Amino acid sequence: MQDYQTQQATVQAILTAHKDQPGSLLPILHGIQDNLGYIPAAAVADIASALYLSQAEVHGVISFYHYFRTTPPGRHTLHICRAESCQSMGSKALEQHAKQTLGIDYHDTTADGLFSLEPVYCLGNCACSPSVTIDKQVYGRVTPEKLDQLLATYQGA
Amino acid sequence: MTRLFISRDSTALSLGAEQVAQAVQEHAAAEKLNVEIVRNGSRGLFWLEPLIEVETNTGRVAYGPVQASDIPGLFAAGLLSGAEHPLYVGDIEQLPYFKNQQRLTFARVGLTDPVSLDDYLAHEGYRGLRNALGLQPADIVKQITDSGLRGRGGAAFPTGIKWNTVLNAPSEQKYIVCNADEGDSGTFSDRMIMEGDPFVLIEGMTIAGLAVGATQGYIYLRVEYPHAQLALNQAIAAANAAGYLGENILNSGKTFHLEVRLGAGAYICGEETSLLESLEGKRGMVRFKPPLPAIVGLFGKPTVVNNVISLASVPIILDRGGEYYRDFGVGRSRGTLPLQLAGNIKHPGLFEAAFGMTLRELLYDYGGGSASGRPIRAVQVGGPLGAYVHESQFDTPLDYEAFAAVSAVLGHGGVVVHDDTVDMAEMARYAMEFCVEESCGKCTPCRIGSTRGVEVIDRIVNGERKQQNAELLRDLCNTMTFGSLCAMGGMTPYPVLSALNHFPEDFGLQTPVKA
Repeated sequence: MQDYQTQQATVQAILTAHKDQPGSLLPILHGIQDNLGYIPAAAVADIASALYLSQAEVHGVISFYHYFRTTPPGRHTLHICRAESCQSMGSKALEQHAKQTLGIDYHDTTADGLFSLEPVYCLGNCACSPSVTIDKQVYGRVTPEKLDQLLATYQGA
Repeated sequence: MTRLFISRDSTALSLGAEQVAQAVQEHAAAEKLNVEIVRNGSRGLFWLEPLIEVETNTGRVAYGPVQASDIPGLFAAGLLSGAEHPLYVGDIEQLPYFKNQQRLTFARVGLTDPVSLDDYLAHEGYRGLRNALGLQPADIVKQITDSGLRGRGGAAFPTGIKWNTVLNAPSEQKYIVCNADEGDSGTFSDRMIMEGDPFVLIEGMTIAGLAVGATQGYIYLRVEYPHAQLALNQAIAAANAAGYLGENILNSGKTFHLEVRLGAGAYICGEETSLLESLEGKRGMVRFKPPLPAIVGLFGKPTVVNNVISLASVPIILDRGGEYYRDFGVGRSRGTLPLQLAGNIKHPGLFEAAFGMTLRELLYDYGGGSASGRPIRAVQVGGPLGAYVHESQFDTPLDYEAFAAVSAVLGHGGVVVHDDTVDMAEMARYAMEFCVEESCGKCTPCRIGSTRGVEVIDRIVNGERKQQNAELLRDLCNTMTFGSLCAMGGMTPYPVLSALNHFPEDFGLQTPVKA
C-alpha cells in the first residue's frame, strides 16, 4: 500500500477543483478513485474537513456505493455481470469458471496483483449476454473459453 | 470519398466494432482509398453488430456481423460500391425488424454521427426547442400533457402533470434532473440514446427547463456507462459552443446549464428520491414522500425528475405537436415505447413500437424465438422488479394497463427471455438476493424482508414444510408490497410471486397453493 503522504497532494488538488460544486462528494470520490485506483482510508479526514462533514458521514457515503473501493485494486479489474439477462445465457457457469481460473472469489485480488474480481448488476449489454468488463472495456457473448483468451491478452499488459 | 458507418455503441464495441473500424482504417490507408469512417450509434439490430454501412449512390448498404478479419475480403468483393458478399445485409431499413418499427424517439439513432451538431440539425434536430422558445411555459407543458406521454422509466406517471406541478411551484431556483441510472437488467434504451443521439436528450432537457423555469439540469448517469458519458460530454460541449446551452440560448435571454454526474454502482439510485440524495453527495437513501420532488426536490428546490426516454421524447412532441405523438398507441398508453429484447433471444435489439403489439409478436415475429433454439419458458418484462410472464400470457398487448391486468409490469420496456433450462425457484431466490444486495436499508420490509425471503425460498426448495413455507412466502411478499417505502421492496414480490404462481413445479410444489 502506498504511503498516504504521496497521495495527499492528489487528494488536495481534487478537493480544491471541486470546492464550489454543489453536492460535490461523489465527484470528489470519483476523482480520487480515478487517480489513485481506490479511496485511501487516510483521505477521509481530508475530505471531511474540506466539505465540513464528519468523517462518519464521508465513510458512510463511501461504504454505501458498491463502486467505491478502499483497497488498491489489481492491475486489471474483471467485472462479471450477475443480472438476469446474463444468467439466461450462462453467466453462472462463467462466474464459476472465472473464480476457479483466477483462484479468487468476488472482491478479491489475485496473489500476483494482476486481476481483481468484482460482480456487477447489469452493464446494459443485455442484447449480447453474458457480459463482462475488463477495466473499462465491455465484452459481450463471453464464453469460458473467450474469457480465458481475454485474460491472456491482459496478462502481459 | 465514400462514407462508412461503424458504430460506437457499447454493445457494438463489446463485439469488436473498434477493431473493425481500425482494420478498415488501416486497409484504406494501405490501399490509398478515400474513405471517411463515421462512428454512429447502433441501429439496434444487435445480431448484426458489428455492422458496417456504406453510403452508395443508391443509399446505405449494410454488412454484418463483421469481424476485423473479414475486412480484406470485404474490400476485395467491392465493399465501397455495395457489392454482394456473404455478409451483405443490404438496406437495413428494409428488414422487417426495422421497417415495422415506429421510430419517433430513436429516429436518428444509427443514422447520424451522434456528436455532430451539424448532423443533428440536418436531421430535424432542435426544431422542438425553436418552437418551445416561441411558446409560454404553460403552453409547452400543455403540449406534453396533450401528448399523453407517461414516465418511461417504469412508473408511467403522466409527464405533463409532473411538469405542471413544478411550473406552479414558486421558487427562485428549480432543477431538471435526468434519471440515467438505467440499472434494470435487460434494458439498454437509455444507453443507446445517450450514445447514439445525445443531442435529443440535451434538447429535451432544455425544453423542460424552459417549460418549468429551471436553469440548471443534471444527468445522473450510472458509472457502468463510460461510452455514454463520453458522448454526452462531447455533445454538451458542442451545444454550449453553438449557443444551444448556457446563457442566452439562441439569443432568447433564457438560460440552461447542463452537467453529467456519475453514480457509483447503487441500483437504488434509480429511485428518484434516492437519486436526489446521491446528487446532493449523500448515501442514496430513499426519502419519504410527500413532499414530492416536484415541490421539494434537489437541494430542497422544485425539481423535475424524468427518465432519459421521457426527456428524449420531448423534442419530437414540441416539433410535431402533442397530438401527433398521442395518435400512436392504445388506451391510456400513448406514443411509442422503445422495447429492448434481451437474454436468450435469437434477434436481440431495440424495437421502438407504438403501444399495443403483443408480447408474442415481439418474441417470435421479430425476436425469432430463443437463441438456444429451445422453447421459451419465461419472460421477465420490466426489469428485475418485473413479473415473469408465462407462455399462456404471451398474447398480452404491450401496454401499461394490459400488463397491470395480468399482474405484470411493462416498466421500462426491457424483455429478458429464458428458455426451458431456467430454474424459476432460483430466479425467485435471485430476486430476493438482489433486493438484499441493493436495498438502501431505510425501511424494514425491504431490508429484512428480502433476507427472510431468501431463507424461506431455500426452505421450500429444500423440502422443509413446503406448503406452510409457501404460504409464509406469500405473507412476506404481502408485507413487502404494502409496507415498503419504494418500489425496491414494494415490487420485488412481482418476480417472486409470478415465479411461484406460474412455475410451482420448480419449487417442488405439486399444485399452486391458494392465494
